[in-house]
Amino acid sequence: MENQKLLKARENWTFFMAFVRKEFHHIFRDKTSILILLVMPILMLVLFGYALNTEVKNSKIAVYDPSRDEVTRAMVEKLLINNYFILHKVLNSASEAEKAFQSGEVSMVIVFSDHFYENLLHGGYAQIQLLADGSDPNTANIITSYATNILSGYQMELMKTGKIPYLIKPEIKLLYNPSMVAAYNFVPGVMGMILLLICAMMTSVSITREKERGTMEVLLVSPMKPLYVILSKAVPYFFLSLVNLATILLIAYFIMHVPIAGSLFWLIMISLVYIFVCLTLGLLISTMVETQMAALIISAMGLMMPVMLMSGMMFPIENMPVYIRWISDVIPARWYIEAIRKLMIMGLSFSAIIQELSVLVGMGIVLIVISLRKFKIRLE
Amino acid sequence: MSKRDPIIMPDDTVILAKDLTKMYGEFTAVDHISFDIKKGEIFGFLGANGAGKTTAMRMLCGLSKSTSGQAWVAGYDINHQSEQIKKRIGYMSQKFALYEDLQVWENIRLYAGIYGVPEREIGTKTDELLHRLGFESEKFTLVKSLPLGWKQKLSFSVAIFHDPSIVFLDEPTGGVDPATRRQFWELIYQAADRGITVFVTTHYMDEAEYCDRVCIMVDGRIDALDSPGNLKKTYGAKNMDEVFHQLARGARRKA
Amino acid sequence: MILKYLVEKEFKQLLRNPIIPKFIFVFPFFMLLLLPQAANFEVKDLELCVVDNNHSPYSERLVHQVTASGYFHLSKVAGTYQEALASVNAYESDIILMIPPHFEQDLIREQEAKVMIIPNAVNGIKGGLGSAYLASIVGDFNRDIRAELLPAGQTPKLSGIDVTRIFKFNPKLTYKYFMVPAIMVMLLALITGFLPAFNIVAEKEAGTIEQLNVTPASKFNLIIAKLIPFWTIGFIVLNICFGVAWLFYGMLPVGSVLTIYLFALVFVLAFSGLGLVISNYANTIQQAVFIIFFCIITFIFMSGMYTPVDNMPHWAQLISDISPLKYFIQVMRLVYLKGSATAELLQPMLALLSFALIFNTWAVLSYRKSN
Repeated sequence: MENQKLLKARENWTFFMAFVRKEFHHIFRDKTSILILLVMPILMLVLFGYALNTEVKNSKIAVYDPSRDEVTRAMVEKLLINNYFILHKVLNSASEAEKAFQSGEVSMVIVFSDHFYENLLHGGYAQIQLLADGSDPNTANIITSYATNILSGYQMELMKTGKIPYLIKPEIKLLYNPSMVAAYNFVPGVMGMILLLICAMMTSVSITREKERGTMEVLLVSPMKPLYVILSKAVPYFFLSLVNLATILLIAYFIMHVPIAGSLFWLIMISLVYIFVCLTLGLLISTMVETQMAALIISAMGLMMPVMLMSGMMFPIENMPVYIRWISDVIPARWYIEAIRKLMIMGLSFSAIIQELSVLVGMGIVLIVISLRKFKIRLE
Repeated sequence: MSKRDPIIMPDDTVILAKDLTKMYGEFTAVDHISFDIKKGEIFGFLGANGAGKTTAMRMLCGLSKSTSGQAWVAGYDINHQSEQIKKRIGYMSQKFALYEDLQVWENIRLYAGIYGVPEREIGTKTDELLHRLGFESEKFTLVKSLPLGWKQKLSFSVAIFHDPSIVFLDEPTGGVDPATRRQFWELIYQAADRGITVFVTTHYMDEAEYCDRVCIMVDGRIDALDSPGNLKKTYGAKNMDEVFHQLARGARRKA
Repeated sequence: MILKYLVEKEFKQLLRNPIIPKFIFVFPFFMLLLLPQAANFEVKDLELCVVDNNHSPYSERLVHQVTASGYFHLSKVAGTYQEALASVNAYESDIILMIPPHFEQDLIREQEAKVMIIPNAVNGIKGGLGSAYLASIVGDFNRDIRAELLPAGQTPKLSGIDVTRIFKFNPKLTYKYFMVPAIMVMLLALITGFLPAFNIVAEKEAGTIEQLNVTPASKFNLIIAKLIPFWTIGFIVLNICFGVAWLFYGMLPVGSVLTIYLFALVFVLAFSGLGLVISNYANTIQQAVFIIFFCIITFIFMSGMYTPVDNMPHWAQLISDISPLKYFIQVMRLVYLKGSATAELLQPMLALLSFALIFNTWAVLSYRKSN
């Protein structure tokens, strides 16, 4: 009796491996896909790390300075020193500002009042107007803040005629991100997205492809349990995602100098849990649709988009209204990205990510139960 | 000679091929084949899977460009006038290629329209066709709900709906029982009777018996070309199966 | 004539598809309603942790002024720097304000005092803006105190440069006004560019495209027939977007709607050309997914939709220059918010026209009826 069980188990295993091998063949035959699949994380890291920068610099400005005296000129020079601003144009009248904004040439126009230094000296009063293009609110906010800070700094210098009485000096020290490189923010997000893409999207498309072709039925009548057929489809993507995970970590660490300040072990552990959740998501989607297009659309629009937008990857969760935060709480990527941020960048230990870990594990369990049940129903 | 003029072909020949060759890199899929096919013939291309039958047919239909050699279909050169050829032929691919999410009459209408059947005739001809096939009840059925045998008959009917001079059938009867296959060949006979030349590839040796002439492809070459009767005599065989076996013993390629 | 039958077939298939029509009308709503709420770089409600080692009237007043500003929410009052740090670690606080033990005394006697501002800079924007806000509140507090402490009339000269900020086109700096036009463009791109690409590749995989290739229908007819339904849908969706923008955000274009339609036309031509090119090179849906995802990342993200093009490094700006989206988004924002006249619109129009030309020519040339 025992021997028979063992024999059956071994048989199942051989079948399983045969199916897995077949899946790998399918995937690797498609050289273009593999190439893109492996290049994609690199591309995303480069893009998000270097190009999609929320830092504001090199903003083009225009200046209208009717008096052009030493004070105004010195102020403009000060503004231009740090490359926060680039002087794109000198205006000859205040009305030209409108045109400059319309053409989108400049983000800000600085307007000095007439006879600037004269008025300041004799009347004690002069004005500077910072006109910013509000259609890009974030930039407008930041550049006007920068400009104001720089200009008030200059004001202090002007008053060098003696010490400034009663001065409070704020000293600013940044935690964890000394060079304020935005790249750190995005790496966890990229990880979350790539793994989701491979595990959820590709797996669901792969399973539905068999359904479409009709070959699924052939597989299902094989001596192997249907569950293992499905698992065999997931295995190659599991490995691919591990490869990508490793690639991302290596690039981030060695090339982009993103720290892996916390425990590598837990980083990998939580990634495995997340991968599992994504794979089951892919499975779930495949039980709901009949065609590849449908699987694609649902996973792209139902998963990828919300993840990109509401998982905290690009936009901070704290800013979102409450009901959106509820949605975000249901997205596995949100928890994963948070955990990775804590582990990688803030260097926190396991105790800090207990909540995230349990949420992901919980999601995994719920998803696998639902998927299995749906899958059994489809079979009947 | 302008792009639009056909050549005059000798006495009733509708397809003429001379040393037609297709190579994929180093691999020769079709190796210098030559043959001629007369109007109204049912001409079979036999061979094992991978022998090159489908590749040869695709070149004749203008779906694939030849590497070397020449061929004329309905008087037009496949290398330079393939769009002219397409107007005059029908095609049924090995893989079922009608739209599963369209109804029966919608598929017919689509292809009839593309091939230039006047719109006012499409409706009546469709009803006639469905009546002949015994399909009337399925006029509004989505094609994906049809059983395989009906799908094949429908594909064939769509391929000849516009009365082409030649119809190309690529393994049209795969996967159905012999009775359904025989019914299908009934349709082929009817088409041939109407003057349509039928060019059919198959790996079913019994179907070879239904053809006027067959050619047997082995490893991309034509190893035999004659009527089934003559072939059986030449090879001292009881049936085409035996003929093929004798030829194929030398074959190196099997898909 | 042939075109008629092909277009008929495309529409029938599209409308009969169980998923696509629903998706096409639900997705835009979802994007327009949810995304602008979520997509927000504004910084507010920062959690502040205060370490007040002075416990003087001035220090308490400073803290009060900070929390009353509306930007900061007092999450914790800590006794030591370590405690404050722990609070940041636990994600309770975003920024620390430390007031040293002799703050008030130093200010009065030495006329100079320090405070420390320590933001959690994992989020660069938060860190930067948060510290800037805090510094400016400290500055305001400083001015008030100085005015009180100095004898009347002795306010130092040259404190009279008045710097005012005026935000044009969007005085309240509503982030939604920035996002909504960009989202419309993105939706149009998805529907008219990527959906047709998937459609064609799906037919390739199913093998039905072969049956079409063997007919006398020309390349041109086959391609146009595939595009027309999606153009129609794109147009409908664009109008739905206008409606939603008005209904939910009160956004009406300051400029002319006709301008938008004109640009939309050219944009759609250009972008579906791109989709076609993709579909000519992808043989399986899997490949198409990857290529298109790649395009989304580069074209959409780099088009100034989320982050301004000006901030990108030079090579990234070059890439955004070849994204049709960048130009159309520019125009959308211009027309919706600034109401631009023709002169400013010339350059984007030229750019879009050239894209349309290039992509479509490429698409027609690379479509193979025979291989």
